[in-house]
Amino acid sequence: MIDKKTIQNIAKLARLKISEVEADDYSQQLTQVMDYFERISKIDTSGVEPLVTPAEIEVHWREDVVEQEHTAEDMVANAPARAGNLFKVPPVV
Amino acid sequence: MDLVNSSLTDISNAVKDQKISAEEVASFFFKRMKDLNQSLNAVVFEDENFLSAARVIDSKISKGEELGPLAGVPFGIKDMLCVRNLPATAGSKILQGFVPPYDSTAVAKLKNAGAVILGKLNQDEFAMGSSNETSIQGAVQNPWNNKYVPGGSSGGSAAAQASRMMAATLGTDTGGSIRQPASFCGVVGVKPTYGRVSRYGVIAYASSLDQVGPMTSTVEDAALTLEVISGFDAKDSTSSQRAVPEWTRALSKDLKGIRVGLLKECMRSSLHKDVEKSVENSIDELKKMGAEIVEVSLPLIEYAVPVYYLIAACEASSNLARYDGVKYGYRSDFKNLSSVDLETFYSQTRGEGFGAEVKRRIMMGTHALSSGYYDSYYLKAGKVRRLFVNQYKDAFKQCDVILSPVTAAPAFKLGERIADPLQMYLNDIFTTSTNLAGLPGMSVPFSLSTDGLPIGIQITANHFDEQRMLNVAWALESVAPAKGKRPHVF
Repeated sequence: MIDKKTIQNIAKLARLKISEVEADDYSQQLTQVMDYFERISKIDTSGVEPLVTPAEIEVHWREDVVEQEHTAEDMVANAPARAGNLFKVPPVV
Repeated sequence: MDLVNSSLTDISNAVKDQKISAEEVASFFFKRMKDLNQSLNAVVFEDENFLSAARVIDSKISKGEELGPLAGVPFGIKDMLCVRNLPATAGSKILQGFVPPYDSTAVAKLKNAGAVILGKLNQDEFAMGSSNETSIQGAVQNPWNNKYVPGGSSGGSAAAQASRMMAATLGTDTGGSIRQPASFCGVVGVKPTYGRVSRYGVIAYASSLDQVGPMTSTVEDAALTLEVISGFDAKDSTSSQRAVPEWTRALSKDLKGIRVGLLKECMRSSLHKDVEKSVENSIDELKKMGAEIVEVSLPLIEYAVPVYYLIAACEASSNLARYDGVKYGYRSDFKNLSSVDLETFYSQTRGEGFGAEVKRRIMMGTHALSSGYYDSYYLKAGKVRRLFVNQYKDAFKQCDVILSPVTAAPAFKLGERIADPLQMYLNDIFTTSTNLAGLPGMSVPFSLSTDGLPIGIQITANHFDEQRMLNVAWALESVAPAKGKRPHVF
């Protein structure tokens, strides 16, 4: 059972503000879904290494040289709030 | 020229031979797209500059310049991929207003081959969904019957392609998001081998599962598009350095000596009778064409949905951490920024910017990765994932391709499953294992249900063996009972 208190803690870890109604819904839905997912515990995986990249990938080495494809202006143009080339954020210290 | 029924190569050749201009082709499809989209809602952003892109092609041709195989061919692009100077929102409010200053590699390759982009296509938010009902831009209708979903998450691509708003489209597939809507809308949809197509400029959902692929009217068009967008890209460290074969040139309907594996577990599960009949008919046709049918088994397939959803949710919770309201996209409306604490800044922005399904999956992933649960969920799922690959390797010792349904039933009705996440996830039983194993898989339209809805057949092949998958699909396409059938919008 994933109760509402646990849901609120998960939401805090995920930096998601959720309403009381959402917390109720997620508590019920995540309990149902995670209960269903529990079934993978029955599979014997002793001695098996986890797999992350599913197809063979060769390592690609490149020269460590500076390239500039975009201007700083391009990169900050999408910011919701900016001051020159800087992002505006709340006080962090 | 009958542009609605022409192949990509026919369009490109006609443009190169100046029988029709790229401008005329683009204008024809742009108008058609605008008209049809009023009801279907498949297109979310139109490229108003399509005419100048088409005129560049025409001017190169008049100067005698060499052009690629998609000269003047109009494309629609799923909103998951960045197209320079067009909005890219992934169907989410959190990316509201984001206009990428660069092209994804797949789109850059299309443009280099002469393609003209007409617009961005609707999708489930962050590609999380099987019905295209979770998009901030609203649900997409299935062109075959407007009460039904087009499938998802590439529902906009499937609906646009089925109604031929453009000549071809791109989608993305993390757990079936190309193949399932392709099946529901009666178009060809290919998910290539993991690493075949660069993911650079593709908005990340679950990086070890995501692949870009074509959604087209025919297998030949899909092979050509895939040839253009495939290949190594230094900007994606997981892209493969293997040479890209000329799939279109080597297409063959000769199935003698081809062993088609029939997935035992699929036929035992409860399939809709029309889907079951479709699979049986497709096997009969393949036999007639000389293929050998062998039964293969993937006993773990019953665990595909939980393993897939755990891995996808964990990767998503990490990938989507980047949306913080600082660099791009949506930021909650704070009156006085200097009095807001950072935690509130992030959580309020993210809480308002993400939709219900995306939040659900971020929560699932965060929970599965959190202290005390990591080993039994994420690590365990990764181990089972290796067992999946091993089972597929065994199966491909006995066969060249595997045939299965795409989904257990044809398209369902709008609103029918959106309130029950687990039922929605269980739709993906036959498609998710392909992504877990990184294999190429595709849906080819085969028949129509008694209700007149399309049913596709799924062909899966071994890593990097797209050729045999495309060959079997090409053969099936040529004998499909649905061949030449069109949705009501035509």
